[in-house]
Amino acid sequence: MADKQIKKEKFINKTEWIIILSAIVLPFLFSFSPYVQGLLIFVMIWVVLGSSWNLLAGFTGLVSFGHAAYFGIGAYAAGLLFLHFKISPWWGLLLGGPVAVIVGYLLGIMVFRLRGPYFALGTLASAEILRIIFGEEEWLTNGHNGILYITTWVTKYPYYFIALALALGAVFSVKAVMRAKAGFYFLSIREDEDAAQALGIDTQRYKNIATVISTFWAGTAGAFYMIYMGFIDPEVVFSLHNISIITILVGIIGGVGTIWGPAVGAVIMVLVQEIFRSALFGLAPAWVSRLHALAFGLLVIFVILYLAGGVVGDWDLIRKKFGLTKKAETAE
Amino acid sequence: MSILTIDKLVKTFGGLMAVDHVSFEVQEGEIFGLIGPNGSGKTTTFNLINHYYPATSGRIIFKGQDITDKKTFEIARLGVGRTFQVVKPLKRLTVEDNVMAAAFARESSFAGARKVAQEMIEFCRLDDWAQFKAGGLPIAGRKRLEIARALATRPSLLLLDETAAGLNPSELDEAIEIIQGIRSKLGITIVIVEHIMKVIMGISDRIHAIAHGATIAEGKPAEVAADPTVIEAYLGSDYNVEKFLNA
Repeated sequence: MADKQIKKEKFINKTEWIIILSAIVLPFLFSFSPYVQGLLIFVMIWVVLGSSWNLLAGFTGLVSFGHAAYFGIGAYAAGLLFLHFKISPWWGLLLGGPVAVIVGYLLGIMVFRLRGPYFALGTLASAEILRIIFGEEEWLTNGHNGILYITTWVTKYPYYFIALALALGAVFSVKAVMRAKAGFYFLSIREDEDAAQALGIDTQRYKNIATVISTFWAGTAGAFYMIYMGFIDPEVVFSLHNISIITILVGIIGGVGTIWGPAVGAVIMVLVQEIFRSALFGLAPAWVSRLHALAFGLLVIFVILYLAGGVVGDWDLIRKKFGLTKKAETAE
Repeated sequence: MSILTIDKLVKTFGGLMAVDHVSFEVQEGEIFGLIGPNGSGKTTTFNLINHYYPATSGRIIFKGQDITDKKTFEIARLGVGRTFQVVKPLKRLTVEDNVMAAAFARESSFAGARKVAQEMIEFCRLDDWAQFKAGGLPIAGRKRLEIARALATRPSLLLLDETAAGLNPSELDEAIEIIQGIRSKLGITIVIVEHIMKVIMGISDRIHAIAHGATIAEGKPAEVAADPTVIEAYLGSDYNVEKFLNA
């Protein structure tokens, strides 16, 4: 399991170098298709969000149902800067993370009093409250009309490589903390908060540390989304079903509490989402595109029943099932 | 020198006096037994020392410092380790990682924590289990993991809460050896709660008996075992004390 791999290997192992190099080459292989390149960028955004969620939920045991709160705050940090001061949202890319951390901390004062399912509900409510506030307070946010920004480049390459850098930053920052003292403390809190305290762990402090790292990446992902898409509105960036829930699915399908789970989950989710949205790339009848929610539901049921550890967590199991051939992954 | 002083400790849950003006002193280097029938307040006393619950009144002094109002993790860092009667392994972590998580209380480096963890695992004879998930350990292993983890925080005082319960006779002998080794080899003072008389009578220097939250006797094991109030608390007033002692 990941817990064990963490300590014996080099910081970046062979497989990871292969993944990184392939990720660098990938957009050039699809140079003929900005559409596919766009999908790859979305994969990267989901890797950042998924890793962010996974650090909190998978490793520290704080299951957030409201990651859209931090994502949206990051997006609006960049958006509002542009809307009110005409400052390039690119500055927001630096600012989105820290602002999300601050807002996350303030929300944390409330939600950290809650444990287990109540924590999950508290985070869900936080995101919903923000969605409504950002929709109603038009003087501040331009309300449901959203914020529009003419994107910097037409070509996808620069966006892709920035997104890739963020994704690698998120994955490897999680890997780095999980190899250190903080990682052991996060896991202890996840497994048993009372026992953790008896071991001398200041659980409140370490929950805060996990939250800071997590909200930083979620906010940065949000800011990048703003820059890349050139448009945000509260219903999109604070969305429960399009952001918060998909973030959780990315984590669950990839493997909760594994370093690379969110990355694998992001690939699968974007693929499934796109296959249904485009009705099998236009090959299937149009009504298929309306089934994507159903598809997610079936996918989750499948994963929970047969791969409770997610694709990465149950990788050995998958390999055994399929013989030694690495057929795996898209079992749906 | 006294390492732990409990002074008129009181804990009430609603109308129930769970701990009723209990006072005792534990000397440095001692193995101090705490006994009493089920529900007499032994574990509650431990939970007060660790500050899982705040005390209603009374003071707890550890090494001359008042720790009554300190937080659980602060008390652990000051050097009070404890095990749980209802064991709390970090189930999805390996035994080694469990103990490492504890070792980080004093060690900041990965290598340092690992070294301490390995020492404690060896000390508690968990070597064969080190790379297993803690959730898969049998009860004897879990009990020893509790000890290994508490020891890895490098305590100067260790509170053992029924670490021998549920063990078979050979495991029991091993547990007694380990507990005695904690004092003789590591120099740690121990307060032990135990129901198994073979354990508590054999290893304690002094014993403090409580019933219904209040002190009923304190002294050397043989004295406490012969005390009519203690026998009554355990066996009821109808029991023939003379017969019990002569048997």
